[in-house]
Amino acid sequence: MSGDSLFGVHGAALEVRSQRMGVLASNIANASTPGFKARDIDFKSALASLETDGAGGIDAATKYRVPTQTSMDGNTVELNQEQTAFAENAVQYQTTLSFLNGRISQVTRALKGD
Amino acid sequence: MANAPMTIFQVAGRAMSAQLLRMNTTASNLANAGGVAGSAEAAYKTMKPVFRTSFDAASGMSTVDVEKVVTAGEAPAKRYDPNNPMADKDGNIFEAAVDETRELVDMMETARSYQNNVEVMQTAKSLIIDTLKLGR
Repeated sequence: MSGDSLFGVHGAALEVRSQRMGVLASNIANASTPGFKARDIDFKSALASLETDGAGGIDAATKYRVPTQTSMDGNTVELNQEQTAFAENAVQYQTTLSFLNGRISQVTRALKGD
Repeated sequence: MANAPMTIFQVAGRAMSAQLLRMNTTASNLANAGGVAGSAEAAYKTMKPVFRTSFDAASGMSTVDVEKVVTAGEAPAKRYDPNNPMADKDGNIFEAAVDETRELVDMMETARSYQNNVEVMQTAKSLIIDTLKLGR
């Protein structure tokens, strides 16, 4: 579906990255809420289902995190993991943005013909 | 705007408010540590906020709300001190039930959580600004 569009896979990728940023922000916000279960988006399956099922596909790829250490209050947020994932996702978001920017300037140059 | 999808700024912002309220209760607890009263009822008791997750189905994000503030911790300690002007008719005073060590640990955790949310907000802001500049 996206293979022949102007931006290729990067439009859908930006959507998934943006959603993942929200999910990770929710985890960090709930770091001290008893009973909160941390979630994360599996990028690969989210991207695949976004291209087949549309916007609802990301929800299907949102899964609960399996904690490496359980806490007594039932909270499964591990801050170091969340912060790493958030930083990683921010860099990946920026990468997708530069891919998009590259494509835009490429097309603009082709249209101007210089 | 009641049913508009939640934004990442609301997620981090409300979490910051919740942590700030927690910091306020900690400050109150520490300020009242060592205070005495003439009865067990009048003595200061530790205050603790109760956090609850607030899930927004439209955006799939969840933030934090302070459900209520409860008095928690031990009962005020009774001590015999007839010379104290606050002493009751039996000569007892009641000391505020505040565990200072626990409060200080709580304060550190609160400050760290708050900082994390500030960091999230700054990152989200710069990424959104970069997205707006797309193609320029």
